[in-house]
Amino acid sequence: MSRPILQLKQLSKSFGALKVTDGTDLDILAGETHAIIGPNGAGKTSLINQISGALAPDAGHIIFDDRDVTHLPMPARAHLGLARSFQITHVLPRFTALENVALAVQARSGSSFRFWRPAAQEEMLNGPSLEALGAVGLADRKDTSAGALSHGEKRRLELAIALAQAPKLLLLDEPMAGAGAEETRRLVEMLKSLKPRFTMVLVEHDMQAVFALADRISVLVEGRIIATGSPQAVRQDAAVRAAYLGEAT
Amino acid sequence: MSTSLLIVQFFNGLQLGILLFLVAAGLTLVFGVMDFINLAHGVQYMLGAYFSVTLYRITGSFFASVLLALPASMLFGLLLEVLVFRHLYERDHLEQVLATFGIILFLNQGVKIVWGAAPLNMPIPDALSGSVPLMDGLRYPVYRFAIIGAGVAVAVALYLFVTSTRIGMLVRAGATNAAMVSALGVDIKRLFMIVFGFGAMLAGFAGVMVAPILSVEPGMGDQILILAFVVIVIGGIGSIRGAFVAAVLVGVIDTLGRSFTTDMLRLFLSPSAARAIGPALASMAIYLLMAVVLAVRPAGLFPAKGRA
Amino acid sequence: MATARSIRDAAATALRTLTFDQRMAAGLFALMALPPLLSSVLGGSYLILVGERVMIFAIAALSLELLVGVSGLVSFGHAAFLGVGAYGAGIVASHGLGTLAIALPAALGAAALFALTTGAIAVRTRGVYFIMITLAFGQMAFFVATSLAPYGGDDGLTWPTRTLVLGTRILKSETAFFYTALALLIGTYVLVDRLIGSRFGRVLRGLTDNEMRMQAMGFTPYPYRLAAYVIAGTLCGLAGFLLGNQAEFVSPAYMHWQRSGELIIMVLLGGTGTLYGPILGTLSFLMLEETLSRLTEHWKVILGPLLVLVVLFAKGGIAGAIRAWQGGSMTPAQLIALQALVARQGMHAAAHLWCRSRMELRQRSGTLAASSQRVAGEVAARWKTYKVVGGRLVVRVLAGMALAVDRWRRR
Repeated sequence: MSRPILQLKQLSKSFGALKVTDGTDLDILAGETHAIIGPNGAGKTSLINQISGALAPDAGHIIFDDRDVTHLPMPARAHLGLARSFQITHVLPRFTALENVALAVQARSGSSFRFWRPAAQEEMLNGPSLEALGAVGLADRKDTSAGALSHGEKRRLELAIALAQAPKLLLLDEPMAGAGAEETRRLVEMLKSLKPRFTMVLVEHDMQAVFALADRISVLVEGRIIATGSPQAVRQDAAVRAAYLGEAT
Repeated sequence: MSTSLLIVQFFNGLQLGILLFLVAAGLTLVFGVMDFINLAHGVQYMLGAYFSVTLYRITGSFFASVLLALPASMLFGLLLEVLVFRHLYERDHLEQVLATFGIILFLNQGVKIVWGAAPLNMPIPDALSGSVPLMDGLRYPVYRFAIIGAGVAVAVALYLFVTSTRIGMLVRAGATNAAMVSALGVDIKRLFMIVFGFGAMLAGFAGVMVAPILSVEPGMGDQILILAFVVIVIGGIGSIRGAFVAAVLVGVIDTLGRSFTTDMLRLFLSPSAARAIGPALASMAIYLLMAVVLAVRPAGLFPAKGRA
Repeated sequence: MATARSIRDAAATALRTLTFDQRMAAGLFALMALPPLLSSVLGGSYLILVGERVMIFAIAALSLELLVGVSGLVSFGHAAFLGVGAYGAGIVASHGLGTLAIALPAALGAAALFALTTGAIAVRTRGVYFIMITLAFGQMAFFVATSLAPYGGDDGLTWPTRTLVLGTRILKSETAFFYTALALLIGTYVLVDRLIGSRFGRVLRGLTDNEMRMQAMGFTPYPYRLAAYVIAGTLCGLAGFLLGNQAEFVSPAYMHWQRSGELIIMVLLGGTGTLYGPILGTLSFLMLEETLSRLTEHWKVILGPLLVLVVLFAKGGIAGAIRAWQGGSMTPAQLIALQALVARQGMHAAAHLWCRSRMELRQRSGTLAASSQRVAGEVAARWKTYKVVGGRLVVRVLAGMALAVDRWRRR
């Protein structure tokens, strides 16, 4: 039940003299919701980028579902079951919400080298898409073009797209970024309802959300993980307090 | 395939390469710094030649016409920039292509109206006429050496300018990340104008130099433009060093290819077969070079923009 | 009586299921079907020949739209496929194999092969690189053709005859050829239309919208773009096959980069993002070329600045203007100005009205009708500045038209 679905082994990445990832080791267990927190500049987004395949590490290994994916390009990792949402929303503005999600479904259901049948009529695509939209509460906006959605709705669409990929692991890069209090509350409820179905890695600043959702937390400081454990353990860890609060402990 | 022919063609190739460098340098900077695809750069080259011919008719002196044609080219380039190009920087590449294509049509035809369609000539100045002996029985025109020399001098000056002066540093920075340079408070509009005017002048200079040895006619800039594009693709957008290396490569390979491909094919094929495919293969040579380079390095040999 | 009405109703319902784009295209096809029927009335085959050219280049423009509008690939070497297709069929014809069963596959196969080999390299690049590389490859094809001494070289290759269909010279009949070309144009439109709505089309459009998002979903861009390039190239090869047939001649000039530029003009003038746009753009451009070249031999000196103006001011081409008109985002003054331009009269009036319309946009305009009246009144007050014959009348007529249009829209 608790085998690691994602393993980072001695992952390293530098930009010139700046080491953004410094020999990171991390295990994500199947079924858990694992939050990664850390002060600004800790290298969280770079880490997510390396896991999802947007950035190539200089050294180290990424093992996903018992496969070494370190040098696999992003689309291949998506096919293996790695789905990601972006901090700055990356939706397809000229497509409707439904079409956005339908494309994610299309990526995993059969060949896309079909040239004649209108994709809009394919029930195999529309069915799961409507489900995903329903799960994030966007079912009534399905025919609105994604570029016309509000910021919060775009964020939920990001999530729907990730869900529609039927992933083995969900990478969520700061899903609450810039959300107001009410919207954060709704997102947290939504993510809570998804917990039993998905393994999630959540990079977040919002501590309330983190403590409400996470089974385990890892703290990233200057490219290294300095603590991993249950929310309680991490809250009381001396090294973590030092990193966040300075030497005042 | 005599050695003397080989040497002569090598120098001719070098000369072509230098000319290509002068045209390509301006182009690659404009692409690199302004992300602006300027098809009308070839007509800058053509206008340089036409200005030089006209000024020669007025002044009677080669060197005076060279000296005056340079600022004329630069001014004309700036005129185009102010009137048309600066409104296109924000547009997508397709629209830039179309608008600059319209400029080509306009100027190629305009030149026909003003100067007539017949090719014009200009004599080589006495100071640079004649030829020097390279080896036994082989002489090479002084003027062509002068072109190579002038071109190399400009290349060196340009390199020093770009690497050692403040403006040059801004240009290099702009080629790597224009938005950042603007955010740092540099007047990006003036930087663009400087880059553009300078590039236009370089292209005009190339045109001025070829005026005595080629026929000056409408449309002479078009093929040079395409060769310059090949040079930039091979060398890497935004890189002066890349433009130089690629220009010399393209010039030499194109010239040697045209002279010797048929002869080389005769080593493997019958004379008639060699004569049939030789010219076709020779004309493909530099495009094959481009294809090979791109297969290995899709961003060219020395790309200016770093890939993260 | 009842049957006539039921036919009309059936046609009306069928028409309603078509999208706006498809209706416009159908209208254009109907228009294009006319020349052979009219030629007996108007005399001469000039209209037929012009019509054939329009249809052939419309096929090429549609294939380019697949690259430019759907896949975001700006190809500046697309005319090469015209030449490759025409040479493919022409070369086999010169060896006595000019039948449909051989010449057509030769044309399409040559175009597809050229697209595959050059595309494999070009499609790995993006943006400015792609434009320059396609330009270079197009020029390469041009030079290779000029050095094909056994097949005419610079002077071009004359075809022995048009392609034999099942042993017959049926294509020699201009009417038969005309309608064949029309059928192929309609077929191309249908094909590209279906392609856009298919799974494949969605991927292409998604890649232009946000490539990072598509990769995160699991789509690798390269195979799809390459496939699009090959399909577009092959379709253009079909146009080349028709072009060679029409002239019974092919020369390297078909592949000159200025031809590629003209193809881009046709697509952009009509408006990318639609399918009827490129067809309309082809028609407009070729008509423009015809009329301008009668005015002066130096007609390109007019075309050049016209292109620049189109790019600067008429974003979206003709289709874009139609969209703006539909969406009601044109002020009445702009409408009048547009009509004045079209009427080639009152150029001064049009310019003045255009400036007024910009000021109007900054003030509230009230209803369309009221502002039309006001603008017409202002113009009338200034008509001393219009040195146009019958300018007053023209402006009144145009103002009236704007009012009528407004009333029709509110019905």
